[in-house]
Amino acid sequence: MIRVQREDFDVGQEIAMLAAGRPSVGAVVTFVGLVRDIADGRDVGAMTLEHYPGMTERQLGAIVEEAKRRWPLDAVLVVHRYGRLEPGDRIVLCIATSAHRQAAFEACAFLVDWLKTKAPFWKREETPQGSRWVAARASDDAAAERWHGKAPV
Amino acid sequence: MKLMYFAWLRERVGMAQETVEPPPQVRTVGQLIDWLRQRSPGHAEALADLHAVRCAVNQDYAELDAPVAADDEVAFFPPVTGGRRR
Repeated sequence: MIRVQREDFDVGQEIAMLAAGRPSVGAVVTFVGLVRDIADGRDVGAMTLEHYPGMTERQLGAIVEEAKRRWPLDAVLVVHRYGRLEPGDRIVLCIATSAHRQAAFEACAFLVDWLKTKAPFWKREETPQGSRWVAARASDDAAAERWHGKAPV
Repeated sequence: MKLMYFAWLRERVGMAQETVEPPPQVRTVGQLIDWLRQRSPGHAEALADLHAVRCAVNQDYAELDAPVAADDEVAFFPPVTGGRRR
């Protein structure tokens, strides 16, 4: 399941809804991404996240399907917010559930690494020097690359 | 053909989307970019450095040699934050 929304999400509620009615689930691994107040040494007051409606859902759906192909997962949820966000705000939620913890841990890490490089989002940060578009990070590419060619567990 | 622009490409082109009718010899993303560069100074500036531009055809990432057709949705945008070399 994927959702792209402006509104905040309730982590506990999302976990409860995902695990409900699935007694085979033995492990739930959750990643919550927050907006930081420092980026590349600069103070960041807030940021606005722009996305490509339609393609975002399509790419997130493909990432979830790839995770399900690689690991024995019960249910997967990705929620990504857009719009104006302030430091401390929740921005992304990834939940992977499985019978056992290893698959859930690895799948959750995979989801986060891949969505950072494949989902069409662009950040515009507000700093004391004005606002600017954030450039892509080579470290995110490297994080996603480590999954290439990796066999399913 | 529906074109869409995002982030700073949208700001440089001066619009979020437009509908265009390229000539028949425009058959790939690369040829479309060459044609668009002639459209306005804003287009030329936005599409000047292709290392900083990514493309999607019908909402899937596409390379310069990918085919484009009249009823396609073609989008141009910076590498996603933080980005991938595709």
